[in-house]
Amino acid sequence: MENAITEFFTNHTFLIIAAGTSILGIVSGMLGSFAMLRRQSLFGDAISHAALPGIVLAFLISGSRDSLWLLSGAAIFGWLATLFILSVVNNTRIKSDSALGIALSVFFGFGIVLLTYVQKIPDSQQAGLDRFIFGQAATLVKRDVIIMSVVGVVILICMLLFWKEFKIMAFDPDFAATIGVKTRFFNVFLTSMIVAAIVIGLQAVGVVLMSAMLIAPAAAARQWTNKLGMMVFLSALFGVISGVGGSAISSLGTRISTGPSIILTAVLIGAISFVLAPERGLMVKWIRDYQNRYKLELQKILDDMLEISLQHGEPYHPHSLAILNHTRGFNKKRILDLVNYGYIELVQGNEWKFTLKGYQKAQESTTSNKFEL
Amino acid sequence: MMQVQIEIQIIAVLVALTCAIPGTFLVLRQMTMISDAISHSILPGIFFGFLISGSLNSPIMILLAAFMGFVTVFSVELLQKTQLVKQDAAIGLVFPALFSIGVILISKFAGNIHLDTDAILLGEIAFAPFNRLHLAGLDLGPVAIWVQAGILVINLGFFFLLFKELKLSTFDAGLAASLGLSPVFIHYALMGIISVNVVTSFESVGAILVVALIVVPASTAYLLTDDLRKMIIISAVAGALSAVTGYWAAFWLDVSIAGSIATSCGIIFLTTYLLAPQRGIITVLKNRKRQKSEFAMMTLIIHLQNHSDENDETEERRISHLWKHLAWPKHHAEKVVKVTEKNELIRIENGIIDLTEKGRKFATLAFGLISSGKKEDYRELRKEFLVFGE
Repeated sequence: MENAITEFFTNHTFLIIAAGTSILGIVSGMLGSFAMLRRQSLFGDAISHAALPGIVLAFLISGSRDSLWLLSGAAIFGWLATLFILSVVNNTRIKSDSALGIALSVFFGFGIVLLTYVQKIPDSQQAGLDRFIFGQAATLVKRDVIIMSVVGVVILICMLLFWKEFKIMAFDPDFAATIGVKTRFFNVFLTSMIVAAIVIGLQAVGVVLMSAMLIAPAAAARQWTNKLGMMVFLSALFGVISGVGGSAISSLGTRISTGPSIILTAVLIGAISFVLAPERGLMVKWIRDYQNRYKLELQKILDDMLEISLQHGEPYHPHSLAILNHTRGFNKKRILDLVNYGYIELVQGNEWKFTLKGYQKAQESTTSNKFEL
Repeated sequence: MMQVQIEIQIIAVLVALTCAIPGTFLVLRQMTMISDAISHSILPGIFFGFLISGSLNSPIMILLAAFMGFVTVFSVELLQKTQLVKQDAAIGLVFPALFSIGVILISKFAGNIHLDTDAILLGEIAFAPFNRLHLAGLDLGPVAIWVQAGILVINLGFFFLLFKELKLSTFDAGLAASLGLSPVFIHYALMGIISVNVVTSFESVGAILVVALIVVPASTAYLLTDDLRKMIIISAVAGALSAVTGYWAAFWLDVSIAGSIATSCGIIFLTTYLLAPQRGIITVLKNRKRQKSEFAMMTLIIHLQNHSDENDETEERRISHLWKHLAWPKHHAEKVVKVTEKNELIRIENGIIDLTEKGRKFATLAFGLISSGKKEDYRELRKEFLVFGE
């Protein structure tokens, strides 16, 4: 068994696939961070669907199955869809969600028309263009990986060179414009890079699911940090884990498409991050909520005790349990907790009274709206 | 025309009509991407429904798939409420996850039975007429026609009953809530009906075409009218037209019917986008250009008016220096002067520009327009003074 696993991971085919999906993970993770921060998450969905007719047309025109051709076609159509969406949103009252929906469904529908047309042409059955719908990492060859890495390196260099501009574009494009950043240019630039990232993922993940490859690692990374640099790094890391993990699962099992298993891995990482991330995570939030609620209960007891004590005209008047039972939030554990905090103390066997510290605390709680135990 | 062809077209038109009504509301509420999400994430529901019932159009499957629609909407909202991600990212996470689960389940466990993911994305409308409804030995036509017609009737009933509520909560959710209507209820009712539509339509037309028929005809109609009822009718007509033309294009070219109908939707939208009388891109760009030139004329006239009284200020009105005073590029200034002169608002003597009587009147009205900002004033100004837009 162990041998089989080592053999699997040193297997040449798998190494190619792992290299390809790692690059895909890095690139889509990095650019996904920007797409998500710029609220372009669904934009990726439209672009990736729209790439389909480009792939098929490239095949029809060139007659070659070479991925450089096919991916160029995909990039051109991804671009056309982008222009279409921007033009509709800028010039009509149609909102961006509808513009995305139109681009997505119409371009994809047209792609399917072309695909069914191509499939009738003799000898083109083996073109296997439909692998682009759900992705098939097993079809990656060395040359694809080289193309992907070249695109990836170019994107990485661009990102490092224009880091400052991209950063400000992601958070405050209006401010960017006022300090003289060429926002229109960088908008187009960044969007083109997102298109490129989508295109290099199409072969492994497919047009239907590629958008999630942009969003999921970025959404996961966002939970762990508030720093953009760290977020981009983590997002790339999560991208690699999903890419390699997903394609490993897909190659180990039978009849599991690569696209879905990569995406599920990515979404799983996202779900784990949502729950476990420090500060932003749900777990921390639940614990914090619970603690706050508990603190509020203790505060209520102190408040009511103060009121009863003042009715007696004396702050340190001892109260029996029967009296304290009337305070809001009363239960025995909370009383014992208050003793532990040193706010109240036991006197004469069965009665409780404020300590000096507790009295001050109770007064503080009625006058200020910040309350710390 | 063969009977099968007629039947396919009837099914396609019924689907188009069914999608047009909720589509209109989704476009207006800016929620169209949720229909895309639902159409993808019903896949696991379809798988389990198929597993239990063994057929593609049993009521169990429709229930399960509609349930998945609810799960989608609900989880998107839940995720959004945690404030960990924004709505678009929430949608973008939920449906690929559910869709992936569906794809894996189907390719892993349903490989031998007749259910494949291509069929779900693309539908098999060409085969729909072969699944026929027999009752007491009588052939009552394809099952799909009956199912679609039934869903259309349910849709019509739903929208007639709730038209007022839907209209109000779409355009003014706050007012709707204050009048005692529940926007949340309307929201979920709409989502429910979308899920049911998507589920019943997917078998014949597939997930992608459902999205096309929901979004594209309604957006087309949105470019053509401001009236909600008209918008629904136009989108129904546009959808039906796409269905029929798409079918014939697919027939002649022998390609995918669903893809062809989607393309047809797109062509109708593109035509409208280019040519629509008020909101078409050609009109919009023309208007923008005209407004630019009108604004420039107005600026020029007001500048001249400001410097018309004192004789010392003829420099401000000298044609060769004008561009400097107004901070315009030189050629632009020359063009504006030419157009304004053509409109008889100014005359030029010895290189000095003077307002004509008409120009003075125009200037007064333009001042009034600037302070009031009323559309009617602007229209009147244009009607009376501006003959040459460019």
